[in-house]
Amino acid sequence: MASLQGMIALVLTVAFGSTGATSAQANQINIYTYREAKLIQPLFDAFTKDTGINVNVISASSGLEQRIKTEGANSPADVLLTVDISRLEEAVSLGVTQPIKSATLDKYVPAQYRDPEGHWYAVALRARVVYASKERVQQNALTYEELADPMWKGKICIRSGQHYYNIALFAAMVAKHGEAKAETWLKGLKANLAQKPSGGDRETARDVVAGKCDIGIGNTYYWALMLNNNPAQKPWAEGTKVILPTFQGGGTHVNISGVVLAKHSPNQANALKFVEWMVGEKAQQMHADLNYEYPMRAGVPINPTIAGYGPLKADAMPLSQVAENRKKASALVDKVGFNN
Amino acid sequence: MIAAEVHRIPERAARTRTLRFRLPSHPIATIFLIAVSAFVVAPLVNLALIAAQGDSELWPHLAAHVLPVATVNTLLLLAGVALISVVAGVGTAWIVTAYQFPGRNAFVWLLPLPLAFPTYIVAYVYADLLGGLGPVQSVLRAAFGWRSAADYWFPSIRSLGGAIFVMGIVLYPYVYLATRAMFQTQSAALIEMARMLGASKWRLARDITLPLARPAIAAGLALALLEALNDIGASEYLGVQTLTLSIFNTWLNQSSLPGAAQIACVMLLAVGALIALERYGRRRRSFTGHDSHPGSVQRMMLNGREKWLAAAACALPATLGFLLPLGYLAHEVIVRGLVTGFDPSLIRHTLNTVLIAGCATILILVLGFGAAFAVRQLRRRLGDACIFIAGLGYAVPGTVLALGLLSPLVAMDEGINWLTRMLSGTGAGLLLAGSIAAVICAYVVRFMAIATGFAQAGLARISTELDDAARAVGTQPAAMMWAIHLPLMRPALWGAALLVFVDCLKELPATLLLRPLNVETLSTYIYQFATRGNFEEGSLAALLIVLVGIFPVIRMVRYADDGYKPQPARPGSHRGDQRNA
Repeated sequence: MASLQGMIALVLTVAFGSTGATSAQANQINIYTYREAKLIQPLFDAFTKDTGINVNVISASSGLEQRIKTEGANSPADVLLTVDISRLEEAVSLGVTQPIKSATLDKYVPAQYRDPEGHWYAVALRARVVYASKERVQQNALTYEELADPMWKGKICIRSGQHYYNIALFAAMVAKHGEAKAETWLKGLKANLAQKPSGGDRETARDVVAGKCDIGIGNTYYWALMLNNNPAQKPWAEGTKVILPTFQGGGTHVNISGVVLAKHSPNQANALKFVEWMVGEKAQQMHADLNYEYPMRAGVPINPTIAGYGPLKADAMPLSQVAENRKKASALVDKVGFNN
Repeated sequence: MIAAEVHRIPERAARTRTLRFRLPSHPIATIFLIAVSAFVVAPLVNLALIAAQGDSELWPHLAAHVLPVATVNTLLLLAGVALISVVAGVGTAWIVTAYQFPGRNAFVWLLPLPLAFPTYIVAYVYADLLGGLGPVQSVLRAAFGWRSAADYWFPSIRSLGGAIFVMGIVLYPYVYLATRAMFQTQSAALIEMARMLGASKWRLARDITLPLARPAIAAGLALALLEALNDIGASEYLGVQTLTLSIFNTWLNQSSLPGAAQIACVMLLAVGALIALERYGRRRRSFTGHDSHPGSVQRMMLNGREKWLAAAACALPATLGFLLPLGYLAHEVIVRGLVTGFDPSLIRHTLNTVLIAGCATILILVLGFGAAFAVRQLRRRLGDACIFIAGLGYAVPGTVLALGLLSPLVAMDEGINWLTRMLSGTGAGLLLAGSIAAVICAYVVRFMAIATGFAQAGLARISTELDDAARAVGTQPAAMMWAIHLPLMRPALWGAALLVFVDCLKELPATLLLRPLNVETLSTYIYQFATRGNFEEGSLAALLIVLVGIFPVIRMVRYADDGYKPQPARPGSHRGDQRNA
């Protein structure tokens, strides 16, 4: 059995020319990513063009930290690219990372958006905001706390409460106000929903335009992608306006795209080049214009569509607190029956 | 091997009243069977080990707030999907087998095709078609002068009912294919006789066909329900909190892989118990036909209203499950210029997909049918237990299975590395875990149940008297398998081949997590758009899956429809199907 599979593996390895066996070649880097391959590919291509280093990729939606951990010392992974602070912290707590020592990264990534010990660095920001009906919503400012106000009863749409975008927002609420108040807030938000949490952020905008609800919760870049990159979805953006909500006495909830360096990275020098390249001006501009994220590096202009939302005042709370409260937030979603 | 013999000693001792070691009567069959089930069970054992690493601290929370709702939702979902897939699957399988009517020959190959669509893609399609801004509601609004969604009530596809509908119309082909293979091999004489005795159409179906088809219905339904049970994409999108979603929430949001593995293990036990119960329920009944001329049923020509009723009954599932989503995707392909702006990497992805799915299918069929033959040779509990275990991989969500499979693969790799270091001084890296082999292994573990299920259902139709007769004249087991069993169960073989192949083509969660660097399949290619709410960009790839899947369907239909025709040169033959030559 084993030899049969070994043979198949060998034959296929030759056929496909890609395996861990060749993971430590000179001019390459192996990237595991949670980011959409199509979206991130232009960045990889530009990196290869700039440095001559070839990029090998695996993209998935969950379990990559676990894969790196199980692969152990033979893991071909050099870098893990991911969105969401909790996933970055998860990679660190699973022990699959190592500190990155780079003066460049320390210079361009503000302290709030990197691990104190250097295990992860953010490369771009996104905010969780409100898509409001242009027709039916007059106001242009809102707090996250007001989402639980009965004035919105039956008027809010949102995707699954267990989705990590929402869990991060709810975790921030727990960190700000404590578990009990956050629970009351979540109950209030639940009571305001027009339908069961479902779909994605784009469907949320679509439901607002269709009249199912007046406001929906979504990420900043989706609105721009609908407006500029998808003719069929353009009306969903055009029928809504983006409001950047804030916490009472705070700023807007932001989350990050970030990088970690794998503990057993076989191409460490290249990996370091890559993470430093990611905060370079070119990569930062690409993040801003291709994926409509807020660039991490000061001085790189925000994409005009995103800038059109108004100035972003990101909440000052350290993101590690969001990660710390994630489990509590997820348990609250269950407890108030948010998705039921 | 040794364990198996030890297991068998008491049984033998009791019978022969001598206590000594003996080789099993069919050593090759025994070894083969144990190897196959050990292969499938390895990731499941690993899963149990992961579960054992955790404590029970999450369970009070799960029991109070998660599992009750998730269990009810899951059971309702399964009940609904069972209803749709049995009614649509068995009904259409019987109609196209027993009757001739307009469009019948097209329906034969249209009916299995919904299978080629990933379930979540069909969920997206219907959410779009039936959603607030979709064509259906737009027409309604225009017709009745409503202004917004708040002015009227329209059933939401994003609901439990919607999930039942979507999964039902995508998954009924499992029941259709299993049942049809059975109908084709079951005693035609019995049915002809009942017809001659004047049994009505309904009576024939109820009293003869359905009871005979029960093992096949059970096998097909089990596959459809396990597929529904393990779904994540469609349930999450449509807003249905299922047990499988709770596994993922526990793993990712409570960052407790052991907790998630615990839920998965409990589910696995429940599923295992249900399957065992069904088997126990029909343990004493022999479904073996005693007709020495297993042949296909003569199709009766339907007339008048009945022929249109039959056509409509087949058109409904074929349209909802296949033609409508197909039309939608084709429309998106054109509107989005996916043909003119053709992504050349799709060619490579298609080749990858076909190669991986093809290799896996062959491996699964050889192992699965081999295991079923071995069980028939052994005729022992050990055999039944092994084949039961070999089917359990299907009962675990793909991602969870992939996580369970990683450790055994890496362990084997470490063994290989140790060896190569001894021999050549350098390690070989992750030869299995880091290559396509990992994906193929996952498919084998996951889809083995399809092969063993079809093989056993097919074998059950072949009288054991035939084996005894062959044995009496000194036929070796392998020769018997090759010359007698395989030809008699061609429909089962093709049915299994098709299902396994198409399932491999569209498998997503395990492929996503286990595939090596730089390898995409059509399924993972579509998913990268879907995760960003842009699934229409993957329409062409979805159509390619259907296109690749259509070939085996057509092949199978031809083979199965022709397979039982008499040799044309045989004089004096009155059997076979003359109406449809």
